[in-house]
Amino acid sequence: MRRGQAWGVVLGLLVLGALAVLPLLPWVDSGYAVSMAINLLMYVVLATAWALFSGSGGHVSLATAAFFGLGSYVVAVLGGDMAWPWVLACAALACALVAAFVGLATLRLHGVYFVIFSFGLAEFIRQFVIWYEANVSGSVGRYVFLDISQAQILWQLCALTLLLFVLGWWLVRSRLGLAMRMMGDDELVARHCGVNTTRAKLLVFAFSAVFMGLAGAVMAPRWTYIDPNIAFNPMVSFQTLIMALLGGASRLHGPLLGVFPLVLLFEYLWTSFPNHYSILLGLSFLLIVYLLPKGVLGWFDRVARGGPA
Amino acid sequence: MPLLDALLNGLTLGGMYALIAMGLGLQYGVARIMNLAYGQFLIASAFAAFWLFARHGLSPLLSLLLLPPLAFACNWLLYRILLMPLVRRAKSRSALEVDSILLSFGLLFVIEGLVLALFGGNYVNYAYLGQVVVVLGTPLALNRLLALGFALLLGSLLYAFLHRSRYGTALRAVSVSPQAAQLVAIDVRAAAAMAFALGGTMVAASGVLVSMFLTFNVSMGVVFTMKALIVVIMGGVGSLAGCLVAGLVLGLTESLVATFIAPGLTLVATFALFLGLLMLRPTGLFKGAAA
Repeated sequence: MRRGQAWGVVLGLLVLGALAVLPLLPWVDSGYAVSMAINLLMYVVLATAWALFSGSGGHVSLATAAFFGLGSYVVAVLGGDMAWPWVLACAALACALVAAFVGLATLRLHGVYFVIFSFGLAEFIRQFVIWYEANVSGSVGRYVFLDISQAQILWQLCALTLLLFVLGWWLVRSRLGLAMRMMGDDELVARHCGVNTTRAKLLVFAFSAVFMGLAGAVMAPRWTYIDPNIAFNPMVSFQTLIMALLGGASRLHGPLLGVFPLVLLFEYLWTSFPNHYSILLGLSFLLIVYLLPKGVLGWFDRVARGGPA
Repeated sequence: MPLLDALLNGLTLGGMYALIAMGLGLQYGVARIMNLAYGQFLIASAFAAFWLFARHGLSPLLSLLLLPPLAFACNWLLYRILLMPLVRRAKSRSALEVDSILLSFGLLFVIEGLVLALFGGNYVNYAYLGQVVVVLGTPLALNRLLALGFALLLGSLLYAFLHRSRYGTALRAVSVSPQAAQLVAIDVRAAAAMAFALGGTMVAASGVLVSMFLTFNVSMGVVFTMKALIVVIMGGVGSLAGCLVAGLVLGLTESLVATFIAPGLTLVATFALFLGLLMLRPTGLFKGAAA
C-alpha cells in the first residue's frame, strides 16, 4: 500500500471513530454539540450518496436538493397519519419512483446537459409543490408536529450513515459498482462489454436518491415548519457537491474527508460573518478549485508520490 | 383579446431571453466555459443601472453605453486571471467543464453576496418610460418595447460581427474546432478570452434592459441562468438563429401558460418543454448550423 493511501485510510479510520462516538453525544451535551453532529451526519449521508452516483464521472448531479426536499415533504404530508417507519418507507419509495421516472428520461444526457437538467429538477419540483399547495391544498407551509427529539434524529442519522456505508461498500464491490467505474472511464467500451448502461445508472441513481430522501425525511421533524423554499433549498445541492469534491468523490470514504472540515468552516463563517457569509462561501469554493483540484484524497496521493503538495 | 395579449407579451419576453442566452452561448460555445454565475452577472448589471438611475439620475440608455464596455474589460480580466489557469490545467474538455462549473459556483456566491451587502435583499424597480402604448389593441409599456428594440439591435450587431467580420469568423472557427483553428493561425486563447468578454458584454447590456421593465432582486439570478441555459441547449450550442427561435418559443410558452393555465406554473412548463425537446432532439433544434 502506498503511503498516501495509508494516510487516507488512517484519516478515514479517525473519521469513522468520530462517527462511532457521535451517538453518545446526547448524554454528554444536549444542545449545541448535538445539533452540530446532526448537521455533520446529514452532509455525510448526502455527500456519500452523491458520490456513489456522481463520483465515477460523467454525471455531476445537482438534484440533491430535489430528493432531500421530497423526503422532507413526504414527512410533512404523511407525518401525522402513519407510524414513523411507514412514513420513512413512503419517503424512500417516493424518491425511488421519482428517480426511476426522471432517470429513464434523462440518464442518456451527458456532461453539462445532465448538470443543467438536475439543476432544474429541484426548482421544477419546488415550483410545482408551491403551485399545488397554493391551489389545491390551500396553504403553502405545513407544520410538522412529531414527537421526535434531537437525540432521536441523531441516532436515526447514525443508523442511516451506517446502512449507507455497508450497502455502499457492497455496491462498490458488486458487479454494479464495477459497471459504474467502467462507464466513468468509457461508456462506449462498457456497452460493448455487455453492460446494460441504462439499467446500471438507473439503479445507482435510485439508490443514491433513496438515501438523500431518507436524510430529508429524518431531518424534517427538526424544522417543525416546512415550506417548499426551505425543503428544496438549492444550497443543499451546492454544499453537498463541494463537500464531496473536496474530499474526493472517487472512493467511498472520500466525501467524509470533505464533509468534516467544510461543515465546521461553514458553521464558523455563518456564526462569525452572517452578513458576508455568501461572499466568504464563494471565496472558499474558489480556493478549493485552485488549491485542491483532486480533493483531499488526490492531495494525499500526490504527497505520497513526493510531488508538490 | 387574451390570446393576442399573450402572444405579444410572449414575443417581447422571448426577444429578451434570446438576447440573454446569446452571451451564454458565446461563453460556452467558443470559450468552452460553463458559466453558472451568468444570471448573477445580469442581476449585478441590473442593480448597477438601478443605482445610476436612482442616485445619479442617469438614464438607463446612458447606462447601456457605459456599463457594457466596463463589463467587457472586467470579463476579459476575469478570463485572463481566473480562468486561464484552469484552461491550462484541463486535460480534456469535460475536465474544463467541471472546473468551470465549480469556479462559477464560487463566483455566483461572491457576486450574490456583494450585491446583497451593497443593496440588500429587497425587490427593486424604477420608473422609466412607463407610458403605455397600444399595439394592435393590446396595451404595452413603452419601456418594454424599447428594451425589445434594443435587444433586436444588439442581436443583429452580434450577428453581423460574427458573420461579416474577419475576427468574428475566427471566433466561429474556434467554436467549430479549436484544433483546426490553430492550424490556420488563429490564437485560440485570445479568441476564447474575446468570446468570454463579449458574452459578459451581452449579459451586462441585457441586465440594463431587463432592469428597465422588470422588478428584480438578488436571488433572481439563478432563474435567469436556468432560462439562458435552456435556450442555449434548446437552440443548439453555438447557433444564434437557434437562440432566437428557442428564446421566442420559451417566451411564448411562458406567456401562454401564465395566461391560460396558471402563472405559478411557468417554470414547470419551460422545464417540461426542455425535457421533451431533449428526448426528441438531444442536440437541439439547430445543431449543424454554423455558429
